[in-house]
Amino acid sequence: MAQAQAPVPARGPGDDKIHTWPHLVRSEFLCLLLVMVGMLLWSLLVDAPLEEPAAPTRTPNPSKAPWYFLGLQEILVFFDPWHAGVVLPSLIIVGLMALPYIDTNPKGNGYYTFAERKYEILTFFLGFHVLWIVLIVVGTFLRGPGWNWFWPWEVWDSHKVVAMSNVDLPYMFGFRAYWPSAFFGLAVSVGYFAVGTALMYWWIVRKKGRAFMDEWGAARFGVTSFLFLNMVAVAIKLLLRHGLNVKYIMVTPWINI
Amino acid sequence: MSKFDEVKEQIVESQIWRSMFRHGYEDTPRNRVMMVSGNIWLHLHPSKVRKHGMRLKFTWCMGGITFLMYLITIVTGVYLMFYYRPVAEYAYADMKYLEFDMPFGMLMRNMHRWAAHAMVIAVWLHMFRVFMTGSYKPPREFNWVVGVLLLVLTLLLSFTGYLLPWDQLSIWAVTVGSNMGRAAPVVGHEGPFAEFLGVNAVYDARALLFGGGEIGPHTLLRFYILHCIFIPLVTTILLAVHFWRIRRDGLSGPPL
Repeated sequence: MAQAQAPVPARGPGDDKIHTWPHLVRSEFLCLLLVMVGMLLWSLLVDAPLEEPAAPTRTPNPSKAPWYFLGLQEILVFFDPWHAGVVLPSLIIVGLMALPYIDTNPKGNGYYTFAERKYEILTFFLGFHVLWIVLIVVGTFLRGPGWNWFWPWEVWDSHKVVAMSNVDLPYMFGFRAYWPSAFFGLAVSVGYFAVGTALMYWWIVRKKGRAFMDEWGAARFGVTSFLFLNMVAVAIKLLLRHGLNVKYIMVTPWINI
Repeated sequence: MSKFDEVKEQIVESQIWRSMFRHGYEDTPRNRVMMVSGNIWLHLHPSKVRKHGMRLKFTWCMGGITFLMYLITIVTGVYLMFYYRPVAEYAYADMKYLEFDMPFGMLMRNMHRWAAHAMVIAVWLHMFRVFMTGSYKPPREFNWVVGVLLLVLTLLLSFTGYLLPWDQLSIWAVTVGSNMGRAAPVVGHEGPFAEFLGVNAVYDARALLFGGGEIGPHTLLRFYILHCIFIPLVTTILLAVHFWRIRRDGLSGPPL
C-alpha cells in the first residue's frame, strides 16, 4: 500500500491533497465497521418501545411529541401554537437556509476558529445549544403531567397544584381596559423590533465601520436583524415567563403574543 | 509461467472480465484515481481529498454516519415491510408478530428505530461541525441549503415512522406533533384568521395530513406511504445532489 509519491511542495493548507483510494475509503470503512458494531450492540441490548394498542379515547398525561420536537413543544409554554408550532419552525428553517448568504465573513472557511468568528458562533450557540438542545432536555426530562415542571427526584403527581399567577404584560403596567391594553402590547412588540433593529445597526456600524455596512447591504442586514431579534425574543419571553410570570406581551382579538 | 498464472491470465484478459473490470489492481497513481472514478459507488467521492479535511478531529465523520444510518434504516425497513400491514386492524398485531415470531424481527425493529434516532442526532452534529468549520461558506452555500432540506426530510421520515407501530406512544406523539397543522395561521382551523378561508376541523391543513379530522386508519396509510415511498424518494434525490456538490467542491476548505 505504502507507495512513495513524488513530493509536492506545500503551498498552504488547501493543497494537502491525497488520493481518496485508499486513504479516505479506508477511514470510511473503519468508521462503518465501528458504527455497525455499536448499532448492533445497542439493538441487541435495548428493545424499541411498544406500548398498549392505540386508543384514541384515552389521552395519556403528559402527551409528548417525539423527543426531537420537544424543544418546540416546550416553547408552547411561552407562545401560542400558531407561533411556537408554525412561525418559529418556519423561521428556523428559512434562517438556517439564509445563513451562508448573510454570513459574508471570508475568514474561518475550512478550519476551526473562535477569534475570527466570535459573533457568528455565539449566535449559533444561543440558537442551537440554548434554545434547541436545552429546551429539548427540559421538555424530555423535566416536564410531567399537565406539562408541569418536575425535578428528576420528584414524583410525577398528576394532581399537582400550580398557582395560576400568570399576568399579561399590559395588565402589569396598569392597563385594564381592552383597547389601551391592546395598543400598549402592540407598541411594545413593534417597539422591540424597531429599537432592536436600530441598536443592531448602530452596533454593527460601530464595530465594523460604515464601509462594511454599505457592502453588506440592506437586504442582508434586514434579514439578519429580523431573524436575530425573533430568536432573542424567544429567550426574552422565556425569562419573562419564568422570572415574572408574564403570559402575553400583546393581547388582541385575533392573535396573542 | 505456472499453470495457475496461465489460467489467471486467460481469465483476466478475457473479454468478459475486461468488460467488467477496466483496470488492474496494481497500486499506481493512475489506478488509485481509476478505483474512484471508475466505480459508481466510490465515484461519489472526489478522486483526491484534502488531508486536513479527513482528520477525525476535523470532520467527526458525522455526514458519513448520517448516510450510514439512512442505509441501515432502508435495509431494516425493507425487512420490516415484509411483515407489517398499514391497516388499523392489523398494524399493532403485526408489530407483536414481528417482535415474537419473525426471525430477527426484534433485532431488525430495534436497529430500525435506533438508527432513525441516531440519524437525527448525527444530522445535528454534522450541521454543528459544518457550522464550526465555516464549511457553508463559498463555494458551498447552496449545498448547505440542500443540507437544511435534508434535515427537514430526516425529521419528517422519523416523524412519519413514529405513527406506524400504532400503539399509545405513536398516536399521541403524532397527535401532539401534528397539532401545529391545525394551529397554522389561515390554513388551520384553530389558527388565527381561520375564518378567511372558512377551514374547519375536517377540512384544514392538519386534515390534509391526516386524511380526516383526527388520526385514524386513513392517517396510518398516509403516513406509511409518505414514510416508505415519498419521503425516501425525495431524500435520495437530494442526497445525490448533496454528494455530487461535495464531489465538485471538494471535501473541505476554501477553493484553491
